[in-house]
Amino acid sequence: MAGFNRNSSREGREGRDNRREGGFGGQDAKKTFFKRKRSCPLSGKGAPKIDYKDIRLLGKFVSERGKIMPRRISAVCAKKQRELAEAIKRARTLALLPYSDQK
Amino acid sequence: MAFYESTFIVRQELSAKDVDKITEKFSGVVKKNGGKVLKSEYWGLRTLAYPINKTSKGHYVHLRIEGETSIAGQIERSYRMDEDVIRNLTIRVDEVSNDDSPLLRNDEEPVIEFDPINDDNFSRG
Repeated sequence: MAGFNRNSSREGREGRDNRREGGFGGQDAKKTFFKRKRSCPLSGKGAPKIDYKDIRLLGKFVSERGKIMPRRISAVCAKKQRELAEAIKRARTLALLPYSDQK
Repeated sequence: MAFYESTFIVRQELSAKDVDKITEKFSGVVKKNGGKVLKSEYWGLRTLAYPINKTSKGHYVHLRIEGETSIAGQIERSYRMDEDVIRNLTIRVDEVSNDDSPLLRNDEEPVIEFDPINDDNFSRG
């Protein structure tokens, strides 16, 4: 049905409607864009403590290049991200983590 | 009284004995200023994440200290006077734990699995 509408080049308005319904197949399209709740990996029960000495933990929040991973990717909450950034910078001072790594 | 964590890196050319001597020297500085060394750790000869003074390795020593606030300045000053110390970091902490640093932990120990890029939470649908 949707496919039929898309192919018919009638009015511009028709096309817009298609897009709104999700031109990729109605019901499924809604699922496709469903966002799952993401929880901060550093808060809550059993979460690891942020420590500038724990380079194995910090390494997970650093890109291959050595940059601090943005929150939108790692899902860390704002409070923990601040702590994390501080810890990574301390580890860098001690040459435990690189300031930058060629890749 | 406050707690401090103080870490310094010693030139790689020195032997373990020399490092012990230097560690004792700085412990002496702490004691002379009315502080206490609660824990002293030797992290070994580690590869630096980036070269410092054209060297790629260094001996890491970590001290946990209790003392007056003036002690941080005193110990940092003595680090600066010692040419064998190539890097140091002293920070104040709310409390000092008696556990080993994560750096000393065995590699076999389970770590939390977290992969921000391939995390299931980020796959769609």
